[in-house]
Amino acid sequence: MSERLFRIWRGTAAGGSFVEYRVDVDPGMVVLDVLHRIQARLANDLAIRWNCKAGKCGSCSMEINGRPRLACMTRMNQFGGAEMIAVQPMKTFPVVKDLVTDVSWNYEQNRRIPPFRPKPRPADGQYRMRQVDVDRVQEFRKCIECFLCQDVCHVLRDQSRKDAFVGPRLMIRLASLEMHPLDTEDRVPALREEFGSGLCNITRCCTEVCPEQIQITDNGIIPLKERVVDRYFDPLLGLVRKVFRRK
Amino acid sequence: MLDVSEIQTFEHDVLVIGAGGAGLRAAIECSNRGMNTGLMCKSLLGKAHTVMAEGGVAAALGNVDRRDNWKVHFRDTMRGGKFLNQWRMAELHAREAPDRVRELEEWGAVFDRTTEGLISQRNFGGHRYPRLAHVGDRTGLEMIRTLQDHAVLKGFGIYMECTALQLLLGGGQIAGVLGYWRESGRFVLFRARAVVLATGGGGRAWRITSNSWEYTGDGYAMAYEAGAQLMDMEFTQFHPTGMVWPPSVRGILVTEGVRGDGGVLLNSKRERFMFRYIPEKFSVETAASEEEANRWLKGDKTARRPPELLTRDVVARAITQEVNEGRGSPHGGVFLDIASRLPAETIRRKLPSMYHQFKELAEVDITREPMEVGPTLHYFMGGARVDSDTQMTTVPGLFAAGEAAAGMHGANRLGGNSLSDLLVFGRLSGIGAAQYVRGLGNVPRVEEDAVRAAVRRATEVLNRDTGTNPYAVHEDLQGVMGRYVGIVRAEGDLKVALVELERLKADAARVRAPGASQYNAAWHEALDLRALLVTAEAVTRAALVRQESRGAHTRVDYPGERQEWQNMNVIVRRGKDGRMETEVERRQEPPKTLAAIAYATIEDLEANRV
Repeated sequence: MSERLFRIWRGTAAGGSFVEYRVDVDPGMVVLDVLHRIQARLANDLAIRWNCKAGKCGSCSMEINGRPRLACMTRMNQFGGAEMIAVQPMKTFPVVKDLVTDVSWNYEQNRRIPPFRPKPRPADGQYRMRQVDVDRVQEFRKCIECFLCQDVCHVLRDQSRKDAFVGPRLMIRLASLEMHPLDTEDRVPALREEFGSGLCNITRCCTEVCPEQIQITDNGIIPLKERVVDRYFDPLLGLVRKVFRRK
Repeated sequence: MLDVSEIQTFEHDVLVIGAGGAGLRAAIECSNRGMNTGLMCKSLLGKAHTVMAEGGVAAALGNVDRRDNWKVHFRDTMRGGKFLNQWRMAELHAREAPDRVRELEEWGAVFDRTTEGLISQRNFGGHRYPRLAHVGDRTGLEMIRTLQDHAVLKGFGIYMECTALQLLLGGGQIAGVLGYWRESGRFVLFRARAVVLATGGGGRAWRITSNSWEYTGDGYAMAYEAGAQLMDMEFTQFHPTGMVWPPSVRGILVTEGVRGDGGVLLNSKRERFMFRYIPEKFSVETAASEEEANRWLKGDKTARRPPELLTRDVVARAITQEVNEGRGSPHGGVFLDIASRLPAETIRRKLPSMYHQFKELAEVDITREPMEVGPTLHYFMGGARVDSDTQMTTVPGLFAAGEAAAGMHGANRLGGNSLSDLLVFGRLSGIGAAQYVRGLGNVPRVEEDAVRAAVRRATEVLNRDTGTNPYAVHEDLQGVMGRYVGIVRAEGDLKVALVELERLKADAARVRAPGASQYNAAWHEALDLRALLVTAEAVTRAALVRQESRGAHTRVDYPGERQEWQNMNVIVRRGKDGRMETEVERRQEPPKTLAAIAYATIEDLEANRV
């Protein structure tokens, strides 16, 4: 057991500041364990959002020493012995209290996306898909909606363009529908006009923070941008591709 | 005096509490049937415990082995449940699960495929054939996201981070729910003609559990306090394989899929000990040697299943015995080895989140070294007693589905049967609630005194100047349940637990949460304690009553199954004096056709002679 120094942002939408806590840390602990210990012993009303504590639900997103991370998957032994650990809420979303932010904007964006529209079932009632085609979509469907990619996205975080761009998480959701082998909906016009696919400037910061290691930029956003470019900026090529390319 | 009309109020035909698989499916069904539907959940949408389900959803699609059909699934479920399941529920489940899985596919779910492009199915404990439709080892995530994305399009009311405190009655019928917004701490009143409890289980009463913080038995406690009967509460499933090290992750689940894909359990002497623990009833269907088990894994249909795939109760007890007899791993578990069984690349592909979980949390590379695992409290087979067809509890207008309800799984649940349970009975509870609402004459009115009393009880916690620490009381409770109501039980221990629970109830009655009510974690913890204590007491009392060992309930003082108890359910309810009471109730005779299937030999079933 060793004592560690934590600086935790405490406050509400009205304002707040960092408060220091000294706390004993046991071997094998993750940051969320330490926050729980602080909550139980030193700051009973500390607000933390968490659920599974196993990196599967994406609830405990926060910024730890300046980096967007899941507190449940951040092991304490990666920090140097004397290093102070600063924990604050995600910057891109409004603070509710302490480490909890209001992420409802993401849920609102999800509702705007044209839903899955499957092909009719074949005569024998069985949909057939090849695993290789499914693999591509399954990568996107690994997303646990932690919104760390949204937090780090320059368009949302620094340029505050939530009005114009849905962000990496929703681009991945769009990709999972657009590349779904059974889907028949066309979302390309909406990608450009409503969801702001042109605003992403491919800095790959979202991919870097993804706890599920989804290749957000390369496998999701860039192919979607290509579909938009094909459709709107090279109509002849677009038509040819539309005819010859499998969806 | 508080004016109830000043509390923010919503009106619905049906209010569903809980947004895991069962709650989402129930709400979708109610909405499809024209009900004005509301869905409230303690967390954000998509974070409920369903998200953690790993292995798959059991449905006799017969895609991998064509011999599979609903009858074999039904038989497996009854045998796994030690014949204590509600026969009709197990039948409905086995019959309807395939349609529910195909429906998910129509809503966008992307399951792993067979080489012919059909939904692939994997082996799991207690299932005769490969039966679990899956997505790697993150099936629950796929399921909850599919349901969530489908549900939000329906346009019904969704109340996130909104906790239910109490069910409200009018003339003995359901009239609504009082809850509070976690974010603001404000109270909220739902007037509703029917309520579906989809609140999951209560594993947080134990320290070593795979359950997340939400699993505080809210549904059991609310149903109990509203006068509903609870049933089979003594059956708490310890999943055999939870992580054991490091201490902070103790209890986190290691999917049964590891064993389904060939993983083996070893003790400190590197013996594959499960061969020594095969129950007589299963011996004719279990491999007798490692050689036979390996042939089965390669697809030899003449070989029998490896003993690692026996039901969870059997494997959990075997591990406990190995550890108790000094053959455990360094941190008090046993070894689960997949590294020597499959190529590293296959392990990473088939079990990606297990690979990730051990790498990140325990610094163990499961493609190179064995995992250390041990039993963890995972699932409640018991819950609110419901009608098998409508899912209505013994309180008019109150329905329950999924882990909140009793009956489907009997004394022990098979892996994979919970995800299918959520879909089948989530839907049926929605149908049941909608039919009830349509047939309702006078709309019951909420009794306002009950609202005022509930608000007062909740706010007292904030207004105290001194009191107990809610986190400390919770930790104390977890210690008591782990020590006295664990995997192996005895009358003396259970009686000590009841005394301890009285002490804890007194502590919980003077619990204090400092600070304001806005997103106050201590207040949330304090309010959850009430439900945890009702749940813990119900389990303990029921465990004391059942004087036999069956499925997940093991009594050292009453070893083995006793025939007379196979015909009995233990009922828990609130007595007239307000104290918890139990009653042993005789079960109805099973329908003859179902009994014939459940007790048939596998050969007769496969040859379609039953």
